Amino acid sequence: MKRSHLLFCSLVLAWGQAQGTAALPTIHETLVAPPQVPPPITRKSPARVVVDLTVEEVERDIAPGTSYTFWTFGGSVPGRMIRVREGDTVELHLHNLASNKLPHNIDLHAVSGPGGGAPQTLVAPGKQANFTFKALQSGLYVYHCATAPVGMHVGNGMYGMILVEPLQGLPKVDREYYVMQGDFYTSGAYRAGGLQPFDMQKAIDEKPTYVLFNGADGALTGQNALPAKTGEKIRLFFGDGGPNLTSSFHVIGAIMDKVYTEGGTHYQQNVQTTMVPAGGSAIIEFTTRVPGKLTLVDHSLTRAFNKGAIGLIDVAGANQPEIYGKGIISADGPAGAAPHITDSTAVNAEPPGKPQATNGKTVFETVCAACHQATALGIPGVFPPLAGSDFFKENLDEAARIVLGGRAGPITVKGVTYNSVMPPQSLTDQEIAAVLNYVSKEFNDGKVAITPERVRDLRTAKAAHP
Amino acid sequence: MRAIWLAGLLLLASIQAGAAEYRPIPGGEFRTALPPTDRPTVSLPPYALRALPVTQGEFLAFVRQNPQWRRDRVPALFAARGYLDDWAGPTELGKIDPQAPVTRVSWYAARAYCASEGATLPSWYQWEFAAAADASRADARDDPAWRQAMLDWYASPQHGALPPVGSDRNVFGIYDLHRLIYEWVEDYNGLFVNSDSRTQGVVQNLETCGAAALSLGDRQNYAILMRIAMLAALDGNDTLGLVGFRCAKPVDHR
Repeated sequence: MKRSHLLFCSLVLAWGQAQGTAALPTIHETLVAPPQVPPPITRKSPARVVVDLTVEEVERDIAPGTSYTFWTFGGSVPGRMIRVREGDTVELHLHNLASNKLPHNIDLHAVSGPGGGAPQTLVAPGKQANFTFKALQSGLYVYHCATAPVGMHVGNGMYGMILVEPLQGLPKVDREYYVMQGDFYTSGAYRAGGLQPFDMQKAIDEKPTYVLFNGADGALTGQNALPAKTGEKIRLFFGDGGPNLTSSFHVIGAIMDKVYTEGGTHYQQNVQTTMVPAGGSAIIEFTTRVPGKLTLVDHSLTRAFNKGAIGLIDVAGANQPEIYGKGIISADGPAGAAPHITDSTAVNAEPPGKPQATNGKTVFETVCAACHQATALGIPGVFPPLAGSDFFKENLDEAARIVLGGRAGPITVKGVTYNSVMPPQSLTDQEIAAVLNYVSKEFNDGKVAITPERVRDLRTAKAAHP
Repeated sequence: MRAIWLAGLLLLASIQAGAAEYRPIPGGEFRTALPPTDRPTVSLPPYALRALPVTQGEFLAFVRQNPQWRRDRVPALFAARGYLDDWAGPTELGKIDPQAPVTRVSWYAARAYCASEGATLPSWYQWEFAAAADASRADARDDPAWRQAMLDWYASPQHGALPPVGSDRNVFGIYDLHRLIYEWVEDYNGLFVNSDSRTQGVVQNLETCGAAALSLGDRQNYAILMRIAMLAALDGNDTLGLVGFRCAKPVDHR
């Protein structure tokens, strides 16, 4: 009896395997918003993965103060990332909200067959399509809407990615992020303000107003910078939704250890910039070596600096001076003019990071000494002195204003006229007050003369009358 | 004799009083956004088109006279869930403006309504020809400003109730062909448009129309392409909040 029961079970199992999907365990995948990705797959056998994806037409900021009507898979640009395993059967439920205005569908580049599923999934508002496909080949694949006019649907943000993990999985890393580039075409100029309509002619001419990571100017900067720590392996699932531009994707300050070019099986090593086509992807791995900010850009640079294609990875951790030293800046020319070089004169050639303490001496040494020198005597004719400075003593408010807003043009200090540029300093009110008081006491026989509150008032006044 | 003639005239007038206005459309050689046939243009005979989309009030009157089209009596085959479900009751509009265009009506219901006016739904070509016009030109389709104005409606989500019909008149005296609702056409499912609109080629196989390829005739007219995409996504019993209709007649039956 027991024996025949066992036989029956194995027969059922064999039948299930012969049927392909009948015996597969069913998994409902939980989708998360970018830049997050679903967790790595630990399964060692195929499954039937059910994915619910809802098309949402939403109005939101494309840049601070400028809004746009995005068409999205799951409410975000890019759409929610789908993560399955090679050999899985994927049951995709595509919902089109009844409140939407347009029909939509989905073409997944991971699908083998006509239209990548597009003809199977065309849904009017208020309807849903269930489409099942087998993820035959591993890779990182773009999906997108393929409803006419396709350029407009994609141009409004209707793209995302599906990762089909290889059977053996991907190597373990410390962090994974999901970033997609896209070009956007609005009637008004970059950051024009208000609600901007889609500009069909600009799209046809391939002249984007915005080139963005994750669908918004600032989606990955400021508060939204991607966090990391030193010595971590980072994996970026990077895609280009287009509709038109190819990305010259680059991480300023990092060498990519591995790039699975075009989202495929093989990787190149030690890559500086990788080309990602519209409707294509790359799996990028690199190691965070030193603290500071790594900047994601499209190295077609006016896209980065004039159209928004910038993201940041904020790396925290201890300095590694043997990998990344401090720049020592001095006057060019004969040795006699060179200032005395000490550790305290050194400063990063990049805009300085925010000092850790509000100690005036620390701020002075990390920020001011680069130009004004550790002695505060400046460099005659180039950088004015802060020590024994009549200008400083008589115009402490003005000194604070210069630190806040920078200064360009002629200035006379101790009878010598200087004509150069000082950039605005990214310092807090406390730091500015501390450093000015330090300079006052240390180099001008003065006393504590300015309060953080006064600096705050000056900052407010400057903001009101720039 | 004269009295009989007068009586006849009065009778006619009383019928006409409640009747919808149809306007003559000249037709002619026409460049369509649909896949080209063996000729660059299609030839469209003259026809008459309803000046205004059918309103909620007009459809309510139709339902009262034809109770088989009440939402609580219509077979699901002819009208899916959602049919007229914004009404307060099966024969009651509630808060809905009777002058707003009726939507949430199936293709079957729209056809039945048009038959009650002695009309039919327009063909796609009839709709497209009239919709090519703006307030001063019979064919404004190559004007980028006109295109953009059409497009902006599609690109902005619908907030709140639909406004009344009759705000946007074109040179033929037809109102609201754009920027108010989508409209059913008689041959909505015979446009030979593949639901994957990118397919290329010139396959025009009538037997496999679902798989027939689309090579759109006017790739720059995004606004019209979106109409076509919507119609391609619909089934005859679908009842969408933005899909209404108007009717057409042969011109000599006016």
